[in-house]
Amino acid sequence: MGPEKITPEMFDRLVALAALGLEEGEAVYLREELNHQLAAVKELSEIQVDPDVEEKPHGLDCLGANPRKDEWVAFPNPEKIRALAPEIQDGMIAVPDVAKIGGGAA
Amino acid sequence: MKFYELNAREIASKVRSGEIKAIEVLEKTLAHIKEVDGQPGVLDGVTLSQEEENKVHAFIEVTESLARQQAEEVDRKVSAGEDPGLLAGVPVSIKDIFCIEGVRTTAASRILSNFYPPYTATTVAKLQAAGALIVGKVNLDEFTFGSSNESSAFQPCPYNPWDPSCAVGGSSGGSAASVAAYEVPLSLGTDTGGSIRQPSAFCGVVGLKPTYGRVSRYGLIAFGSSLDCPGPLARNAGDAALMLQVIAGLDPRDATTTVVEPSDYLAALSQDLRGMRIGFSPDYGHIAYPDFETGEVTYEPLQAEVSRATLDAAEVLARAGAEIVEGVPMPNSRFGIPAYFVISRVEAASNLHRFDGVKYGYHTSKPVKDLNELYRLTRAEGFGNQPKLRILMGMYVSASQHSANYYHKALKVRGMIRNDFVQAFDKNGKYAIDLLMTPSTPTTAFKRKEVFGNTVLMQYSDQMNVCANHAGIPAVTTPAGFDARGLPLGIQFIGPEYREDLVLRAAHGYEQATAEAAWRSRRPVVLAQGKEQA
Repeated sequence: MGPEKITPEMFDRLVALAALGLEEGEAVYLREELNHQLAAVKELSEIQVDPDVEEKPHGLDCLGANPRKDEWVAFPNPEKIRALAPEIQDGMIAVPDVAKIGGGAA
Repeated sequence: MKFYELNAREIASKVRSGEIKAIEVLEKTLAHIKEVDGQPGVLDGVTLSQEEENKVHAFIEVTESLARQQAEEVDRKVSAGEDPGLLAGVPVSIKDIFCIEGVRTTAASRILSNFYPPYTATTVAKLQAAGALIVGKVNLDEFTFGSSNESSAFQPCPYNPWDPSCAVGGSSGGSAASVAAYEVPLSLGTDTGGSIRQPSAFCGVVGLKPTYGRVSRYGLIAFGSSLDCPGPLARNAGDAALMLQVIAGLDPRDATTTVVEPSDYLAALSQDLRGMRIGFSPDYGHIAYPDFETGEVTYEPLQAEVSRATLDAAEVLARAGAEIVEGVPMPNSRFGIPAYFVISRVEAASNLHRFDGVKYGYHTSKPVKDLNELYRLTRAEGFGNQPKLRILMGMYVSASQHSANYYHKALKVRGMIRNDFVQAFDKNGKYAIDLLMTPSTPTTAFKRKEVFGNTVLMQYSDQMNVCANHAGIPAVTTPAGFDARGLPLGIQFIGPEYREDLVLRAAHGYEQATAEAAWRSRRPVVLAQGKEQA
């Protein structure tokens, strides 16, 4: 059996979920590359793995420090963070309305 | 000897002793960068003159005023009798994926082309505290996504100092090129699936990927959070050891940094290779590549000169007292790239969702009707093809209907790959090796534009490197001569976790054993000396 293929319809759905917009030529190229990459990972789906093998979220068993305490620590210069925002209104980061559903109020 | 040929330890020693001022080091460094680097990478690129075709183009930005402040501070400390730090007066370039407060940090992407971070990465802060001169930000593949630097939104991308028509590798290609062209003795890079080692090998320098967690990721713009490792690029193992000494260690701001204390990496270099068991694996002796229609994998021999260089290096190491152990099985290494295709894309997709045009970075100038359209247009205009592709692949293989076959399977395969190394390094096991030695890359540097666009072939150029990332263990590449076209060859040493001292010791031992080899005196063609030799 050949590798899985992403159809144009599936691809469009993925693009929408990813909050991306693509031009036509770009979409053709990216879908083709995506299918090539799926061919490259095909053998992964066919490997027989012993059920005792655990998933490894990290290669190395973590010998890290314990997570820091869940305590709020003020950033020394919050104005530097706000200054990065493209739009500021009354000291707050401004965004457009969220998508309107069924024509109702946002 | 030219001034720019001084290594980092020599510069630091001269500055610390007062023999030379840090500001003089900086002036000479800036002059050399000006001579060899040429046009820096800029958004949307520029048309290059013929002369510029023979420049390096490693930098996106030279941070002269920042470096000058640091040099003045180092000189003040020396004059006052204070300790100026281990890297006093040493020029360092920084891959433009690390945040430096007030310095533009682009990740080589349009979406961050106007980003001035409000804080500094821990690694960079440590370098600065040790007296290093941060002379600039160097180019990379967009968000580190690539193995040639050609995907950068800032063009020209770096050219290979040994043959400017060739790729520098990636993603730490600007780092490797800046070190290879003697612009700086040290650079800070990152390695997620070979991104320090592959460009280092292509450019003929030393590149070290430390153990995961050995070096802080705080202030590093994330690609694959379970894989990313900051590390040094240098022209010799001693300088890499010096830089690692400075940047290694626990960081309260990165909970994945390890509590295991760093070794004395410089002291480790004083030990020779006698008694070291260095393994060879037949599983690193070929190139694997999938057929796009069938998905079947075919195997081809490595570039003959690459294989020859590795065998020759083994003989050198054996003569220096190492014991070579052949036939070490690494049966799961063949799954390294497929598993990487899945794990790294899932993590990249997750990390890239934060770029939305709201809080910082690029923001579409087109009118939008709602927030979704703002996201969509900003990301469409701000991301290049590589981030888009990685988001799409990551979302597909982690979707609920596919994740059992791909993402969850890849996480198990990662464990199998790691287990190969655990067994090989097991002191009570059949092979009981200290290190595994492999070629650093399947081929020497390929031509620019030759592979770019074929994302699968590009990814497979990392197949010698990626398993160390899956296993979380350290690995170093070191130069091992040149092929018939005059392009650098590299060999790689992979070691057990937290044993950076061992891989550096092997690289240093190999350097010592080949110190008189004729190829060691070659210089890149972008330098006047190199032109004379060519």
